[in-house]
Amino acid sequence: MYEFNVLLVDDEREFLETLVKRLLKRKIKVTGANNGEEALKIIRETPPDVVVLDVKMQGMDGIQTLREIKKLKPLVEVIMLTGHANLEVAVEGMEMGAFDYLMKPTGVDELLYKLEDAFKRKKIQEQKIKRLEEEETPERG
Amino acid sequence: MNQRSLLKNPYYRSLINKMVFIAIAVSFAPMLVVSGSMLNRFSISHNEKLYAHLGELVLKHRQNIDGFLVEKLNNIRFMAKSFDIEDLKNEKFLRNNLAALQTEYGSVFEDLGFINEEGIQVTYAGPFKLEKASYSNSEWFRKAINSDYFISDVFLGLRGTPHFIITVRLKNNGTPWILRATINFAAFNSLVENLRIGETGFAFILNSKGEFQSKPFFEVTHRKPYSFYESIKAGRKTKDGLFFSEIADDSGSENIYVASLIKNEDWILIYRQDKSDAFADLNQAKEAAIFIIFMGGIVIIVTSFLLSRWMVTKIAKADWEKELMNQQVIETGKLASLGELASGIAHEINNPVAIMVEEAGWVNDLMEDERLVSKENRDEIERALAQIKTQGKRCREITQKLLSFARKTVTSSEDVTINELIKEVIGFCAQRAKFGNVVINSKLQENLPVMQLSNSELQQVLLNLLNNAMDALEGNKGGNITVTSDLEGNEVVIRVEDDGPGIPKVNLGRIFDPFFTTKPVGKGTGLGLSICYGIIKEMGGEITVSSVIDAGTTFHVRLPFKKNN
Repeated sequence: MYEFNVLLVDDEREFLETLVKRLLKRKIKVTGANNGEEALKIIRETPPDVVVLDVKMQGMDGIQTLREIKKLKPLVEVIMLTGHANLEVAVEGMEMGAFDYLMKPTGVDELLYKLEDAFKRKKIQEQKIKRLEEEETPERG
Repeated sequence: MNQRSLLKNPYYRSLINKMVFIAIAVSFAPMLVVSGSMLNRFSISHNEKLYAHLGELVLKHRQNIDGFLVEKLNNIRFMAKSFDIEDLKNEKFLRNNLAALQTEYGSVFEDLGFINEEGIQVTYAGPFKLEKASYSNSEWFRKAINSDYFISDVFLGLRGTPHFIITVRLKNNGTPWILRATINFAAFNSLVENLRIGETGFAFILNSKGEFQSKPFFEVTHRKPYSFYESIKAGRKTKDGLFFSEIADDSGSENIYVASLIKNEDWILIYRQDKSDAFADLNQAKEAAIFIIFMGGIVIIVTSFLLSRWMVTKIAKADWEKELMNQQVIETGKLASLGELASGIAHEINNPVAIMVEEAGWVNDLMEDERLVSKENRDEIERALAQIKTQGKRCREITQKLLSFARKTVTSSEDVTINELIKEVIGFCAQRAKFGNVVINSKLQENLPVMQLSNSELQQVLLNLLNNAMDALEGNKGGNITVTSDLEGNEVVIRVEDDGPGIPKVNLGRIFDPFFTTKPVGKGTGLGLSICYGIIKEMGGEITVSSVIDAGTTFHVRLPFKKNN
């Protein structure tokens, strides 16, 4: 089990709080954000490893937030959280670089597996980049 | 439903009755008015003509009879004036004169007699032995002695046969004498007897006492001769002195009487005819008219009945077809807005349910750390939390179904062979059909094009339709289901037809509405057909239903395909 940071974004405060508590209990470092703007602020200050993003939100919606996240931190993995009605949006999100999507209400264990998968992919991506950088440095040196 | 059972409906029965009544009334009324008034006019003019004819006849005979009497009287008056008393006292002279009269006029004059003022017949010429006969007590003598001339009524007299006499009074030195002639009754009678028309028309003469002065051709019996005479005279009188009347005789049959006074109003000439005989022509015409009206009436009644029946059958059929058409119309607009509503509700419910399930999960997490709770309570709490999870899942299923009616889910499409799919679905249902005593037949059109559709979704639609049909038939203790595939223009048509109890008209318009169900609570969500509708709509097709009570229900699924495929 790796230690990693997760940011949960959902405008349903009650849902968000409970899920945060449940994940914390499972030894995951979770922060919650109530909307897109708040999420982006947190990402700029302390970038998490994985973001769980509700598709349907007041104000800035899931797709817009996703676009911004990918601009800021392309390596941050995003899991879309959706109701049935927003499947098209979820698919659209995947095309924009989201890792996967989950249907609400989702079991906490299911979410946990997805989070781990996402974090693994992030790790792999980071390692790839690191290797590329290492290969570039000796040439300079 | 056939025509007979349609016409058993009381509405159509009363419609037939009304039409028959109106048709009969409208055709009968003018027929009766026209023929009635024609017949009336005809009978009036016929009456007038008949009476005019009879009147003329009677007038002519009156002239004949009066002429006859005047002529005979004049003969005797001429004799009385031309000869002396002494000549007339001479029997031979008298006999010569009688012979001369008889040669001139035939047997009209029967005899001649010369009578003195005491009523003793001084001289007599004729076939009877009446010399010195005394007439002093005879009624006619008293009248004859007091007037210049006199014609008696018919009487039997001394000779015992009917006759009447003509007398002329002569005066010789103040002493009256009477010259008397007897008129042969037969000769006179023939004048009246000749008047015969039809079978029952004949004439006779009455005197003012109602006694016969001629021999009637048929018997004329009236209990009170005088009142008969009076009632004849009481009839309608014309300017010509004719009396018209209609009197029933003792046997009850109506007779026409045309009468005229003759012989200075002493006698009356009466023509009588049986009314039915007189109006035989008219009655024949009436009978013919009634026969024509009767036959025409039968034709009218039969025609109007058949025509009404035929028309009402057409109307009933049209009504029935119209009802069928009505049933097939589905309010697509309503279903679209219901879809919006459904997806809204689904979404709004989904989030609270997600929260509830999450909270239950959180409680579950916390329970793991809890050591103070007794084992019994722990089991109970865990059971309750599991229940919340289960019910949350159930809510999620319903919202998912709702959303699939609203078509907010993404589907993939693949090559689908419709007939294969139908066979497959029938296979799924075989077991249930067997238990439900339902026979599923299929009539599949060969060489249907391969369609680009979601196989699982179309399968879901057909399965749903078959299940519904089986539900309907199981309530009906079995029956038949026929699944048909067909090619119509640019569309593949799948029909699922059952011979079950049918869907009442009230429900038919609502069966595609979400949550509309006739099943008991908990047995059905009322979403099956809504989802079918959503799926078929998404495929660009159409799903319709037609149903007839007690005859069955048919669902039609129309799926368009591209020709170039």
